[in-house]
Amino acid sequence: MEHVVIIGNGIAGITAARHIRKNSDKKITVVSAESKFFFSRTALMYVYMGHQKFEHTQPYENWFWKKNRIDLKEGLVENINTDQKKLIFKDTSTISYDRLIIATGSKPNKFGWKGQDLEGVMGMYHKQDLENLEKHAPNNIVCKRAVIVGGGLIGIELAEMLVSRKIPVTFLVREDSFWNGVLPAQESEMINKHILEHHIDLRLSTNLKEIKADKNSKVTSVIIEETGEEIECNVVGLTAGVTPNIDFIKGSKIDIKKGVLVNRFLETNIADVYAIGDCAEQHEAIGQRRTIEAVWYTGRMMGETVAQTICDNKTEYKPGHWFNSAKFLDIEYQTYGWVFSERNKQENETYFQWQHPKENKCITISYNANSRQFLGINTFGIRMRHEIFDKWLSKNKTIEHVLEYLADANFDPEFYKLHEAEIVAKFNQENNTNIQLKKKSWKRIFSI
Amino acid sequence: MKFIKNIGLVVFIIGLTIFTTSIFTGSFNLTQKELNSYISDKGYKSDVLKEALSKAIVTSNNINIFEFSSKVTAAFETSNNYYDAQIAKYSAEKNWAKKSEQYEYKIFGKPHSLSYELAKKSGKGFIKENPGLVWFLTFGLGIIGALLFILPNLILLGKPGIKNDGIYHESATNRGWIAWLVLVYLVTFYLVLYFRPDYLVNWTFIFDPISNFLNGGDASQWFVYGFLYCTIMLVMGTRMYIKYRHNKYQIVRTTSVLFFQIVFAFLIPEIMTSLNMPGYDFKSAFPLDYDFFFEWNIESLKNSGGIGIFILVWGIVLTLVIVPVMVYFFGKRWYCSWVCGCGGLAETLGDPYRQNSDKTLKSWKLERWLIHAVLAFSLLMTAVTLYCYFSGTQSFLGIKSQWIKDTYSFLIGAWFAGVIGTGFYPIFGNRVWCRFGCPLAAYLGFVQRFKSRFRITTNGGQCISCGNCSTYCEQGIDVRAYAQKGENIVRSSCVGCGICSAVCPRGVLKLENGPEDGRINPTEILLGNDVDLMSLINKK
Repeated sequence: MEHVVIIGNGIAGITAARHIRKNSDKKITVVSAESKFFFSRTALMYVYMGHQKFEHTQPYENWFWKKNRIDLKEGLVENINTDQKKLIFKDTSTISYDRLIIATGSKPNKFGWKGQDLEGVMGMYHKQDLENLEKHAPNNIVCKRAVIVGGGLIGIELAEMLVSRKIPVTFLVREDSFWNGVLPAQESEMINKHILEHHIDLRLSTNLKEIKADKNSKVTSVIIEETGEEIECNVVGLTAGVTPNIDFIKGSKIDIKKGVLVNRFLETNIADVYAIGDCAEQHEAIGQRRTIEAVWYTGRMMGETVAQTICDNKTEYKPGHWFNSAKFLDIEYQTYGWVFSERNKQENETYFQWQHPKENKCITISYNANSRQFLGINTFGIRMRHEIFDKWLSKNKTIEHVLEYLADANFDPEFYKLHEAEIVAKFNQENNTNIQLKKKSWKRIFSI
Repeated sequence: MKFIKNIGLVVFIIGLTIFTTSIFTGSFNLTQKELNSYISDKGYKSDVLKEALSKAIVTSNNINIFEFSSKVTAAFETSNNYYDAQIAKYSAEKNWAKKSEQYEYKIFGKPHSLSYELAKKSGKGFIKENPGLVWFLTFGLGIIGALLFILPNLILLGKPGIKNDGIYHESATNRGWIAWLVLVYLVTFYLVLYFRPDYLVNWTFIFDPISNFLNGGDASQWFVYGFLYCTIMLVMGTRMYIKYRHNKYQIVRTTSVLFFQIVFAFLIPEIMTSLNMPGYDFKSAFPLDYDFFFEWNIESLKNSGGIGIFILVWGIVLTLVIVPVMVYFFGKRWYCSWVCGCGGLAETLGDPYRQNSDKTLKSWKLERWLIHAVLAFSLLMTAVTLYCYFSGTQSFLGIKSQWIKDTYSFLIGAWFAGVIGTGFYPIFGNRVWCRFGCPLAAYLGFVQRFKSRFRITTNGGQCISCGNCSTYCEQGIDVRAYAQKGENIVRSSCVGCGICSAVCPRGVLKLENGPEDGRINPTEILLGNDVDLMSLINKK
């Protein structure tokens, strides 16, 4: 019986394991150094905040793995011998494979800051980071202040976590507005304001110079690059992005760049070795996607795809239209298609924007100024239907079409106030058009 | 703000303590005349009872309620034992005429009900004399304290949004000692309410003026319970309004359950009683309203003129037509989380405990066995009752009508729905009864699962498997298991409370009513991946 070994039990590796089991009778082993059972790392924040217990982050009950004959092995792989098709563990034990899937995910970026490895300095990615945070920031007596370095999605989540325990937070963001490399200014500014509303000490255009410690190597303060200001703190969160977690592959014959290089079939340069999820790097970008995508659902999709290939149905990895979502403190964010920030706007990309006068709600729709083609939408505080936008993107609908049928796309809970009429009115006013908003139609929603 | 909260907590505990200890106060005794008139009113013929009661409670001594209760129940037993012995004796002598005569002297009913009625007549003391003041010291302080504890959340919880911080750090909500203490209190409360109503007679004195105002009679323990129920729902409803103030669905839904509880379950029946009509809760549907088809209820409705007949027809139409038709259009949520009183308490008092429902596959299996067994039990009981009612016999299929009714009332009506159903909130979640026991929920569940426009739509590929939806599902549905597969949720147990959708950080879930086509969606592959395969599936 063919033995498929998967290194990494995150969403990519586990999805691959589940789909291989669905489609075959192969022997499956999943290796992890982080935790015995699969858990959802996106939920780690909720454990610290007391919304959930760690066990709630595990999507499958513990009996699931045995019942589905997915062997779980705890251990840290130190080497891959692709000639002998063997993994060598830290404890020198080995395991042989017929096919190998590398799904080791990411690790937090560290840019060589002085003091970046001190006690009390941590990322927020692994289960161990959560345990570390619990140790160094159990409450605002032990942790008088925390400094977070890096204004991305994990940074703002870490800030939210600490604020939930009433720990004062200073948030250092390199950009002059939060996440404005990705978000248009309107939205980025709304989030800036929202961060301040939560009493987070947001420092824009601010970089970390160094982290200082006491004689026990415990963090005591950070120094700001621009001003030389010293900020006393007990915890430093490093959340300046992530990078593929592939150091252990460096000595093997597998080609790597920043990540493990793979083709569209997720195959590496070595036969029977595949890489999926955050740690995989495409030779060439797919559409406008990045070559490495550290996104939950792409990990899942690669797992689904590689399982097909391994089960003798060779399948190309074809992520569909880009979409994503996040939550910035209380504000939900969804995006479908591509909306680039002002900084990275594409040729002919034009915005139509609407913002609620009082509440934290706004949208940006990108479209091609010449062809009127709808390119993508960012929505804040308004939920939208994925399937509808997927359809509109596939069919190259125009901005006018999207606005006319916008009510079909709303996904807010029942009784919520709808804003489509205001949105369409604003567009009509700005563009001298006369688009009439159509009422929501189930028939259209289901005729995908 | 925190200070106000703490004061509120102290005031609430003082109110609760006074309320709880008030049952130990007062004195109980009767004059011979009072006793005689009670006995003749009830038509009791037993001289043994009369003599025993006279000896026991006709006294100038001040007896407390517990002593009073044990004396009355002892007299009850003495009398019945005596006549049982007489029956056995005449039976042995084959003196049939004498034997059947003895049955007239037996006292039917429950000993603690007799004790309750006598205590209600004979109670004296501070509470009876100062019901208004005591109301303030118990309910008043309780309400003020609770509101002082709850209202500061408007500021303390910060901006509107999901506020579940610290739920698993608190003893009260994470099955800690406070939760167990609350469980013990609630279980004790229900045990006393159902099985020792006489112990609660002091509470009824607090409510005599209010009851007289509403329905023209003195308060019973059920009046106290109904008032308490409404008060708790209102106060804890305020908490819901604050906690979910960003979510209009929750606001509207909470308003609906409060309205139906206070107007339909409490005020209308009380007013009907005052107008000499049978007090009826127009929203309470069989088989949750399990005694609707009991002989005494049918008889009482038949004898109540036009309104009685209307209620009889309404009750049948409600169960057979209105309930399923509404479930077809809106899902069982229209009843379970918008209208029902049990659901109303679960969604207000029970909301802090919703995360404690068990999500394992095992508990789902147990749930299906139990709830359907209760449904079958209730239908069997009703069939036996109705058969016996119309045929005039005592039993059907070898099952005694009285026995099965008593058994159901005891096991399901009192123990399951009350003691376990509400008492277990703090440890097993707020829908123990609705999930494992309610026969109406089982019936609505069939309709919802197989013939309904309701579903929880999963938003394509946006789910990140965080598990908030499953954690906060009061019905123990593993919502995430569906959401992460991109599968719509059409589970029979879903009561449509909408919290899964509220707590989702990625906007994945939406409760909606739509066409039956497309309600159960294809899940071969999640949206986003491999557009070719998607179109292939769509072509199928």
